[in-house]
Amino acid sequence: MLFLIIKRILLGLITLFIVSLITFVGTEILPGDACTTYLEREAYGAALEACYKRLGLDIPAYERYLSWAYNVIQGDFGYSLSGQMPINEVLGPRIKNSMVLASAAIIIGIPLALVLGIVTALWRDKLPDITISTITIFAMTIPEFISATLLILIVAIWLQWLPGIVIVPTDVTFFELLPNIILPVISIAMIMTAHMARMVRSSVIQVMATDYVQMAILKGVPYWKMVFKHVLPNALLPAINVVALTIAWLLGGVVVTEVVFNYPGLGRLVIESISNRDLPTVQALAIILASIYVSINLIADLMTLMLNPRLKSLQIRK
Amino acid sequence: MKEIIQKVRNLSVGFKSQKGHEISILKNITTNIKKGETVGIVGESGSGKSTLALAMMGYVKQGLFTMEGECIFNSSNLLAMGNRDLEKIRGRKIAMIPQNAGQSLTPNLKIGYQIDEALKLHTNLSKNERDKKISELLNKVRLPSPETIALRYPHELSGGQQQRVAVGMALAGNPDLLLLDEPTTGLDVTTQAHVLELLNFIAKDTGTSMVYVSHDLGAIAQVSDRIIVMYSGEIVLEGPARDILKQPIHPYTYGLLKSIPKLSLAGLPDSMPGSQPQPGAKTKGCSFYDRCNLAEDKCKKNSPNLEYVSELKTSVRCFNYKKIIEKKSEKQSNIKRNEKNIKINEILNLTDVSISYAKQKLLDQILNKITDTNPTVKDINININKGETLALVGESGSGKSTILKSIAGLLRTKEGSIKFDQGRVLSNDLKKRNSSDLRAIQLIFQNPDESLNPNHTVEEILAQPLKLYFGLSGEELKKNIIELLEKVRLGKFYMTRYPRQLSGGEKQRVAVARAFAAKPDIILCDEVTSALDVSVQAAVLNLLQKLKEDFGTTYVFVSHDLAVVRAISDRVAVLYQGRLCEIGPSKNVYKFPSHPYTEVLLGAVLEPDPDIKPKLVAEDIVEDKPPEKGCCFQGRCPRILGDKCKNETPPWQIGDNGNAIKCHINIKDLEKKQNGN
Repeated sequence: MLFLIIKRILLGLITLFIVSLITFVGTEILPGDACTTYLEREAYGAALEACYKRLGLDIPAYERYLSWAYNVIQGDFGYSLSGQMPINEVLGPRIKNSMVLASAAIIIGIPLALVLGIVTALWRDKLPDITISTITIFAMTIPEFISATLLILIVAIWLQWLPGIVIVPTDVTFFELLPNIILPVISIAMIMTAHMARMVRSSVIQVMATDYVQMAILKGVPYWKMVFKHVLPNALLPAINVVALTIAWLLGGVVVTEVVFNYPGLGRLVIESISNRDLPTVQALAIILASIYVSINLIADLMTLMLNPRLKSLQIRK
Repeated sequence: MKEIIQKVRNLSVGFKSQKGHEISILKNITTNIKKGETVGIVGESGSGKSTLALAMMGYVKQGLFTMEGECIFNSSNLLAMGNRDLEKIRGRKIAMIPQNAGQSLTPNLKIGYQIDEALKLHTNLSKNERDKKISELLNKVRLPSPETIALRYPHELSGGQQQRVAVGMALAGNPDLLLLDEPTTGLDVTTQAHVLELLNFIAKDTGTSMVYVSHDLGAIAQVSDRIIVMYSGEIVLEGPARDILKQPIHPYTYGLLKSIPKLSLAGLPDSMPGSQPQPGAKTKGCSFYDRCNLAEDKCKKNSPNLEYVSELKTSVRCFNYKKIIEKKSEKQSNIKRNEKNIKINEILNLTDVSISYAKQKLLDQILNKITDTNPTVKDINININKGETLALVGESGSGKSTILKSIAGLLRTKEGSIKFDQGRVLSNDLKKRNSSDLRAIQLIFQNPDESLNPNHTVEEILAQPLKLYFGLSGEELKKNIIELLEKVRLGKFYMTRYPRQLSGGEKQRVAVARAFAAKPDIILCDEVTSALDVSVQAAVLNLLQKLKEDFGTTYVFVSHDLAVVRAISDRVAVLYQGRLCEIGPSKNVYKFPSHPYTEVLLGAVLEPDPDIKPKLVAEDIVEDKPPEKGCCFQGRCPRILGDKCKNETPPWQIGDNGNAIKCHINIKDLEKKQNGN
């Protein structure tokens, strides 16, 4: 078991290493570099030389990669060009804000998805299923930028209940932020919940059709006890990985939604630093997003492993 | 007259077709189950036997509904009862033992919990008493060390153990009626015989009534007092077990019994043409009309009623049953196989073949070190002559399919060589075999559902080998496909059909045709009849024999069914844990002296005859791995000698009959002991 966990963590680290290489090579290959972008029209002669020297671009690429990687391992992402300050300082509040947004969406989305999925599966082809399924399919098909825009139009402009665009400084407190995140959270959670609810539904339906559920019924197990003891543990196990994928996919959704709502999170930073050609920041973001992705999947794998008796004993036997 | 505990009255169960028609799969079933009796319900797949058993618990599968009739238990109709009331009867008064215990035990709950759940629901015992009862139940179904079994998850048990757990769970509520839905199908022969013996013991011990549903007349014969034969959703024959098996007076049952291969008879069983009509396909006349050789005009127009024949105490649904009574003197005469054209002309030779599933560690691979000293299959020496059928027999895990795959090149051998066609060594790497070697060896799989591409028509399926090996196209290709279909007795119109539009037997015929399309020298048959109904099995066996005689093909035939092997093979090799135990001409392997393992296997075969009881000579322990040294069968051998068997690999001994046995016991002594039994 322990061996397996270590193996998975090592694999995750290798993934991160490859991601860092790709981003590094990618930014090297692209025409232009940090200095030409930063200096714009003055990018020639002595000024350019000085900039190269200051940013250390005059040394060979592999040496730069090594020293960069060395610093990253120690938690130092370097210096932001556009913000003119250490990237760590830029990232800190942004990560916090995005975390607030994502966790709110997850905290609302996952339980809601479970309930909807289970209800639709148990009342399959009856009124609750037909209603909820229609709504979820609808919610799944609308992309965030449209649902976000519609939400702004209806709730913020017509009804004027909530602010439509987030105009707060990056470092506000949680409670000041709260009214601002409601609309972004709804627009993110909608698609995610719909996806997960569909997945939970089909998984529950599949388990309901198994021999062991029929056996439980024929054994005289009361309906709800059967659902909670025999159906759900087996139906939700495969759902864990899908939930993880959905959360990881949420990262992309967050980028779009943050831009639409002008929300000061990681997603907007990605867009900003790309358009500013702030390459050190882009690299830092790539690594951070990749590590979130890798760790979520790692956690999901380990959870499945812990909860599935079949896999657990398989590992122990080996 | 014994008390009746369940009455089924005029029961019809059906479903609504897409066009809105009501189609019945059970038609007006009326029968009684008496206290303490075991009733066997027998029929081929699709005959409605499982649906009937489930209805006796008040359970109708999703998509089906009760059209009319009732199932009366304790003077109330189960089919009209609410779930709350049914929960009090299910598991407590009527319990079910499912077909596939492995899939019927909830995977995330421990064995102990699942039995405890039934006890909690149906008894008023305290926690301590329940714990004691769990051990008692597991003990009763003869599971070793009940305390540790209770703490295991279902997947940690073997198939036989899972089935025992299911029996124990069903007994938890002390039911008056036990319903068994194919409880031994899918188990190894020896395990099956043991489970049946356990069920017989329980029936006697507890006085519980049992309804035993199975397609296997052999199993039914061992347990039942009374037999109900179902065909196409109707009861066609019902009566005392002995009478039904000794003198079946319905043409379907008569044909069914004749189509079962028997150990005592060499040669192929008679087959019954055709297949059961699809539900809803037949509206008038007898449902067996198409396949019946006694059919007359009136059978086509009118459906016969179930008629009680008092002198035989049997009910039969046939106008012409008297004709079958007249036929009774007719003995089963199996079709003789033509054994003449086998010459000693070796076509395939396996020398010291060993195969291992263990993955080599990278370092050992680089150093070319052999780490696995105990491979899955070891020391296989077999030679096969042209035109011969060699059968590989053994229980699951005996390595028979593994050997087949390595002959086909799908699995690499670790040691030894496979020589083909005058001693030319076949590469163990499939990619290195040339096209003509690939063509020469063809494979037919167990399950045609999975071996035929569902998105290809029969024409496309058969065209592939013809294009690949012979480069045929256009009219010539089509002509060849039609010829192939005719050879497997399917019409030209099957060309445009998809596999899902074919019955099980038809699919297997297409699979056979595909193998013959390559004009192979050797065909490897992997349990080709195991997934088929008996009457269809007989037809496929006959077809294989016919094709072999026409083309001089050589078969390597893998099966767990000793009776089927007896019917089709010229020589038999018996395998245990990937090691050869015995090899010889099939007519002699089935005689004594035999290797002790062959003796165990033969003893466990279930014959559709109430007078032939299985002999259980060895425990049905499941061994994960072959022993490191000594005889492979030492763990279960009833005739074990002691340390010699544990430490020394037994030598080959050749008997007077020409069968070779790998055993330490002197072959003459073995003969004396076995004939003494």
